[in-house]
Amino acid sequence: MTVVTINGERRELGEPVTIEAAVRAAGAPDGRGVAVALEGEVVPRGEWATTEVSDGQRVEVLHAVQGGS
Amino acid sequence: MSAGFEIAGRPLESRLILGTGGFRNLQVMAEAARDSGAELATVAMRRVDPSARGSLVEVLEQAGLEVLPNTAGCFTARDAVTTAKLAREALGTDWVKLEVIGDDRTLLPDPAELLVAAEELVADGFTVLPYTNDDPILARRLEDTGCAAVMPLGSPIGSGMGINNTYNLRLIVEQARVPVILDAGVGTASDAALAMEAGCDAVLLASAISRAADPPAMARAMRKAVEAGYEARQAGRIPRRLYAQASSPEEGVAELEPEVDTPRVFGRP
Repeated sequence: MTVVTINGERRELGEPVTIEAAVRAAGAPDGRGVAVALEGEVVPRGEWATTEVSDGQRVEVLHAVQGGS
Repeated sequence: MSAGFEIAGRPLESRLILGTGGFRNLQVMAEAARDSGAELATVAMRRVDPSARGSLVEVLEQAGLEVLPNTAGCFTARDAVTTAKLAREALGTDWVKLEVIGDDRTLLPDPAELLVAAEELVADGFTVLPYTNDDPILARRLEDTGCAAVMPLGSPIGSGMGINNTYNLRLIVEQARVPVILDAGVGTASDAALAMEAGCDAVLLASAISRAADPPAMARAMRKAVEAGYEARQAGRIPRRLYAQASSPEEGVAELEPEVDTPRVFGRP
């Protein structure tokens, strides 16, 4: 098991954990309109399938919401 | 209909840019967005909420608006730069409304962090539209950095106080070689008209519409106010005078009384 923090929540996921799996776990199955930061660094969409999340790392999965002035 | 303008070479017909914060639901937002005539709408980047229903971006696109991501909620240049990059990934746009806030109570921009973030994002190829204090020197520094527009506040975000410093706003407008977009503080239609009369190229607002009792009606009012203010600016207003200036001829006035008193002049016996 790998323990990672996705959007502030501790999650136990079967290894290896890729960004793609983390995005699914965050509740964005198709990943459309979504961007990901791993330990505060942007992971481009093209690298989601091959980038692994190590034990204890933080993943942020973001999308657009209403906002502004 | 007012003539359009350009930001970074991109033509825009509408001089009203809509912020999407504060609407009670997506349906009201979409109706107000259509009625506002705006072509750009700001959005914020937040954690995915699996329970959220309806795609904000799709609703905006169906209403004919393109999204302009902001960096709302960022207090450091570093966070703002990362958020802009995330927005570019998620939304496929390299335009960003740059916000770096210095204080929770006033939500006023942090000028030092703002300038650092603007430099980094411009260097990274972003089209940067910074939300800035109404400070002519800071506006100039941002423009020199390569920002595509400057967006001075009228008053703090959501305060509805209108334009607190029209003098500074006029100085910013006079010196700017990029579009000046009044951002934040507009409370009602006359505030938006005043911004345009002061020479702003456009107005960005959200709360004034989204938190109005009838958002679509206020959206229509804002659309007209921005157009009216722009046309008034183009038309050239009359100078302010201390005393009246008669608009009817002074010659040829009939003498209808046998003894007519000489009209008194104010300030003299």
